[in-house]
Amino acid sequence: MTRESGKENRAARILVSGPPLLFLVVFFVAPSLIMVLTSFRFPGEFGGLAPIAAPAEKGSEHGFTAEAYQFFFSDFLYAQIFLKSFAVAAATTLICLVMAYPLALLIARSKKQFRNLMVLLVVLPFASNFLIRIYAWMIILGPESALSHFVNAILATFGVTPVTLLFSPFAVMVGMVYVHLPFMVLPLYTNLEKHDLSLLDAAQDLGATSWQRFWRVTWPLSLPGVFAGSALVFIPVLGMFAVPDILGGTGDILIGNLIKDQFLGTRDWPFGSALSIMLTLAVLSVAGLATWFARSATGQRA
Amino acid sequence: MVRPLRHGTESVAMDRGNMWLWLAAVLVYAFLYIPLFIVVAYSFNDSRLNAEWVGFTLSWYKALFTNTEMLTAARNSLIIALSASFSATVLGTMAGLAIHRYKLKVLPILVFTPVAMPEILLGVSLLLFFLQVLNLTLGMVSIIIAHTTFCIGFVAIIVRARLQGMDESIFEAARDLGASSWQTFRLVTLPLIMPAVVAGALMSFTLSIDDFVITFFTKGVGEPILPIQIYTMIKVAVTPEVNAISTLLMLLTLGMIILAARLEARAPSGGSVPSSGKEAG
Repeated sequence: MTRESGKENRAARILVSGPPLLFLVVFFVAPSLIMVLTSFRFPGEFGGLAPIAAPAEKGSEHGFTAEAYQFFFSDFLYAQIFLKSFAVAAATTLICLVMAYPLALLIARSKKQFRNLMVLLVVLPFASNFLIRIYAWMIILGPESALSHFVNAILATFGVTPVTLLFSPFAVMVGMVYVHLPFMVLPLYTNLEKHDLSLLDAAQDLGATSWQRFWRVTWPLSLPGVFAGSALVFIPVLGMFAVPDILGGTGDILIGNLIKDQFLGTRDWPFGSALSIMLTLAVLSVAGLATWFARSATGQRA
Repeated sequence: MVRPLRHGTESVAMDRGNMWLWLAAVLVYAFLYIPLFIVVAYSFNDSRLNAEWVGFTLSWYKALFTNTEMLTAARNSLIIALSASFSATVLGTMAGLAIHRYKLKVLPILVFTPVAMPEILLGVSLLLFFLQVLNLTLGMVSIIIAHTTFCIGFVAIIVRARLQGMDESIFEAARDLGASSWQTFRLVTLPLIMPAVVAGALMSFTLSIDDFVITFFTKGVGEPILPIQIYTMIKVAVTPEVNAISTLLMLLTLGMIILAARLEARAPSGGSVPSSGKEAG
């Protein structure tokens, strides 16, 4: 290549990558740093933040502090909410996996011309508004709904007092699974679709039963898909506040709700930022773990 | 290695286990669709309660179209979605091209992280940034910026995927024939990635008009916005008007998807361009 075109190349490179880079540095990197910074400041008297520089009157709080983090660790309540969020995320991931796997397997083993349609049918409801999908369960689980009447009629025959389905941990779980299910189906399908079916034939020829063929061949091969799907479900569930907010009761608070309250309720920005940092760390470790597991699963195969 | 006979594969696929797979799949599809079906059905139900079917009516739609706040919210959301999808499409296409063409380290991380992380983190950090650093009054502008930030990644993913499926020799040929970088881009690259660009734009539009979490944090107190309006209705007083607006939004999204699929189907694929048969197989 001539020097001329090399120079033109560099100019093109800066021209193409510069604007998105600049935009994201300003509106993604800088805000993230501001969030870190905010977590080390004092809350202002009327919400917001106390000044960094020393104010005129003596004794008022200013500068930097790790108070927000100390506060987090001083009360077991917050660690508890984190643990609960992890438990909800784990349960949602597991339920999604159990529901998504057979479907993904069926799609992957279907005739080629049907596959895209079957995948589209999984994604389509997902394209409707997020709030609407949660709202739908308000109707289904509501006290006057057919499902509620049905469940309580059954419970009544056993002499159990009626239950309310809505505004309960159960409703939160249903909502979480419903909103995140496609995130599990898609990576599983992408993985399962690539499997070489002749391996299953070989296993069959060697006398493996259908269960053995699944457990010893298909399942281990699908592990990268399982981990990818799990990360895609686990991570957003961990930060979700809308589902518990709409479908849960007053006790069903997760990390997301806690963070939301710090910014739009009590206006304790430093504590809200500290919680967000903790959530970020949690997300990063989950993502790291999933990548590591997926890599070691592929490593085994190679 | 001898490839097993074809019927062997079929017999595995047609296993008895398949019946269970079908059963599980039908249940999952039902789980996915019944809730949405109920929302649509109750939008035509002549009862204030979402409890039992009383009779057919269009009154909830009529109520919707006389609800000025709702109409303003819809208009605002439309403006936001159009602006955000436009800027995200321009920046995202650039990012997709840059990531595909050059060995970049930082840009891919910046582009794809906002897609992967919980939305609440982006919402919170932008809220702090807008109020502390920019001193911006939260409103339409802050929402447009916030939506652009997370939509860039989606556009970049789609554009990059399209570029990855294309034969690099097309671009080399253009350069060999004396086209400048700009000419290659305008006459070869852009027409070829156009379907991906349009798909990215449509996707950004849907993501923006549907987004609740980030909008919730960056909205301020001024103008009504559609998802916030829906949220308030759900939280405060549920009426079948919510079902009506939900149904309309579903139709809109469905229309977008069909449009995107049509464009994708009609567009020439990168591989089928004359003299390159890479994607033929």
